[in-house]
Amino acid sequence: MKILVPVKRVVDYNVKVRVKADGSNVDLANVKMSMNPFDEIAIEEAVRLKEAGIASEVVAVSAGVTNCQETLRTAMAIGADRGILIQTDVELQPLAVAKLLKALCEKEQPQIVLCGKQAIDDDANQTGQMLAGMMNWPQATFASKIVVAGEQATVTREIDGGLETIEVALPAVLTSDLRLNEPRYATLPNIMKAKRKPLETTNPEALGVDVTPRLKTLKVAEPPKRSAGIKVADAADLVMKLKTEAKVI
Amino acid sequence: MAILVIAEHDNSSIKPATLNAVTAASKIGAEVHLLVAGSACAPAADAAAKIAGVGKVLLADAAQFADQSPENLAALVVANAAAYGHIVAAATTVGKNFMPRVAALLDVAQISEIVAVETPDTFVRPIYAGNVLATVQSSDAIKVITVRATAFEAAGEGGSAAVENLAAAADLGKSKLVNRELTKSERPELTAAKIIVSGGRGMGNGDNFHRLLEPLADRLGAALGASRAAVDAGYVPNDYQVGQTGKIVAPQLYIAVGISGAIQHLAGMKDSKVIVAINKDAEAPIFQVADYGLVGDLFEVLPALLAELG
Repeated sequence: MKILVPVKRVVDYNVKVRVKADGSNVDLANVKMSMNPFDEIAIEEAVRLKEAGIASEVVAVSAGVTNCQETLRTAMAIGADRGILIQTDVELQPLAVAKLLKALCEKEQPQIVLCGKQAIDDDANQTGQMLAGMMNWPQATFASKIVVAGEQATVTREIDGGLETIEVALPAVLTSDLRLNEPRYATLPNIMKAKRKPLETTNPEALGVDVTPRLKTLKVAEPPKRSAGIKVADAADLVMKLKTEAKVI
Repeated sequence: MAILVIAEHDNSSIKPATLNAVTAASKIGAEVHLLVAGSACAPAADAAAKIAGVGKVLLADAAQFADQSPENLAALVVANAAAYGHIVAAATTVGKNFMPRVAALLDVAQISEIVAVETPDTFVRPIYAGNVLATVQSSDAIKVITVRATAFEAAGEGGSAAVENLAAAADLGKSKLVNRELTKSERPELTAAKIIVSGGRGMGNGDNFHRLLEPLADRLGAALGASRAAVDAGYVPNDYQVGQTGKIVAPQLYIAVGISGAIQHLAGMKDSKVIVAINKDAEAPIFQVADYGLVGDLFEVLPALLAELG
């Protein structure tokens, strides 16, 4: 069984991004980039399925600029067998990425596409669901537990009221939530080994996909800042202020 | 063209977030139709008809919609999409699940979690965990939109819309619900609560949540929330989590206890009207957004707070 794992290169989750002075976009110059944390969880899960003898091959895919190669090498250091870079300098939106992945699915014929549930840069939470729709496959999103047996996946999902467990027939798209696993740290030998794993490069034209953005960003701005208030002395002071000053209790 | 809002419901009543989505749709400025797809869901459709601002309720009642599985729900929405310029749903775990599928099948972009409507094709949405607001314009014929509920008022009652039945296609049979373990609680829902009491890793364990935080929540009629750290540590179930990838809340009063204030947590609560932080670390980032900060040991402060409230 082959598992395809899309990985996105994003601003590191510890970085506080800043808006460019002209409000045209966020300033990404000299900012630390990393693999989207949810994608790291997805790679880890796929590698565990391979280690458990369920998956036979884990293929990491990234779409974007040449530097996405680094993200693919990270995925291979965690344990992906090979990488595919869909190289383009065009701004990629979820619909376009889903179309690129569809083209790759038709070529690679994976049984499972395991995505991160959302990327922490655009917070869109769309790509996996879009791909499932385009492929006419079932989807199991926001997974906190995945059990694959035969031609079926049993997935526990994090939903607003608690948890739900669903069964989907494969092939299917699954997306990872935070508590699916804790990704391992790539060891130095595995980082070295990852450098020699195959990395194929293609592009949207070769895959026959139009990636023209459908949404135009007119401007970006920082939300109104919340300023720190006051320190209260003790519980009595707090209750008094909440009653008489803030009037919220 | 009219706007189609997809209602979230439990077959008998409409979920509160849908009321906020109706308000967002009303701001776009066209007639609002509400789709109720479920099984034996006529009571939910009747409740939908009473929502102010709803011009028509579309009712699709069939067994395959019982669990609102994304495959069947998306297919139904797409089959009825041609008459609409906008398709709108609340950005709950249900809306986030099926709406991108709708967008993909219509070959349009989705605009996720809008917090403001600028014009019928231009919307404001948070990115980077809410640290940046992007104003985006859609060039698609049909706009597929999810709505951040806290950014819009809830629509009131007073409507009297007609209910129209929709034919359901065959069950796609792509997935099967095995079970749901829903957290049972007498407290208000997190996303609808006026007051939230939230605990972090500083609580130490689940028993302390139960012993110290629950009485405070009950005294205030508040919902209970938690930081990711507290959920990861197993103190409370996952659906308590407030933050970038958990629930987004904006109550009148948010009391953060033993929460340091990672940006991912702040993303979920910084639009609260009044924020109180109780933490023994005076340097904790949570104090930078708190209106009232109390530096102290929560194991002493919480009982004192309860005593003060009487």
